[in-house]
Amino acid sequence: MEEDFKVIDNYLMVKMPEEVDHHKSVYISETADEYIMKEGVGNVVFDFESTRFMDSSGIGIIIGRYKKISYFGGKVFAINADTRIKRTLMICGLHKIVEIME
Amino acid sequence: MKTKYENETNRGVVMKNEMQLQFDAVSVNEAFARIAVAAFVAPLNPTIEEISDIKTAVSEAVTNAIIHGYDAEFVKESNGTGKNLVFLHCTIEGDVLCVEVSDKGRGIDDVEQAMEPLFTTKPEMDRSGMGFAFMEAFMDDLEVFSEPYRGTTVRMKKKLGTKPWFRQED
Repeated sequence: MEEDFKVIDNYLMVKMPEEVDHHKSVYISETADEYIMKEGVGNVVFDFESTRFMDSSGIGIIIGRYKKISYFGGKVFAINADTRIKRTLMICGLHKIVEIME
Repeated sequence: MKTKYENETNRGVVMKNEMQLQFDAVSVNEAFARIAVAAFVAPLNPTIEEISDIKTAVSEAVTNAIIHGYDAEFVKESNGTGKNLVFLHCTIEGDVLCVEVSDKGRGIDDVEQAMEPLFTTKPEMDRSGMGFAFMEAFMDDLEVFSEPYRGTTVRMKKKLGTKPWFRQED
């Protein structure tokens, strides 16, 4: 699962799993934080390409990382989200703090 | 003319079905619970959208039972007496699915406050406080019964087949 995290320049790329729930979210949050602290990256990109299911735990991951990096002026991006994931993000108003891109 | 439900032999007879599950309050079972409910409603020919809604709502309820119902402090206090179990009870009556998720855990002190969007007792665990809001958004009806140190029951209902099976333009 290490290969799901990659640092490119000032961006941490996180490849989200097929199902994002509480069971997986703990590991993702902890590992992402490790990278943010260790590598000192400014921005985080969540890649939802293979994600087919996400509940509020996914929202927690994004808000948590946003709080960490926005403190230093960083940004959070969500890419390759399908309509379902987009809807979930919109319900929580996350499109106001996260840039949702194709 | 085709009947709406594959397993409906006599037209006009209301379809009834019921199932119960109990499992350990561990996070691997969240996926198990939502997939079990999704499989249970399959005879009603739900749309992909409806299945996603149901899976999300079940996942929220079961996650709540596991991390809030049997929260670490409560489990320590109760000294490991008995097993920490989550109960799942589903019924189908006609085209209405009813899902009940119960635990015998910590209970909720203030149900109304707990149901407020973004309210959470565990911000340090990255919980967003959107669980009940999601259940309300994705299901038609939501009831929460809880008593501190007795447990919590969440009852959700959803009527299926209210939308056309093809995707409509937003």
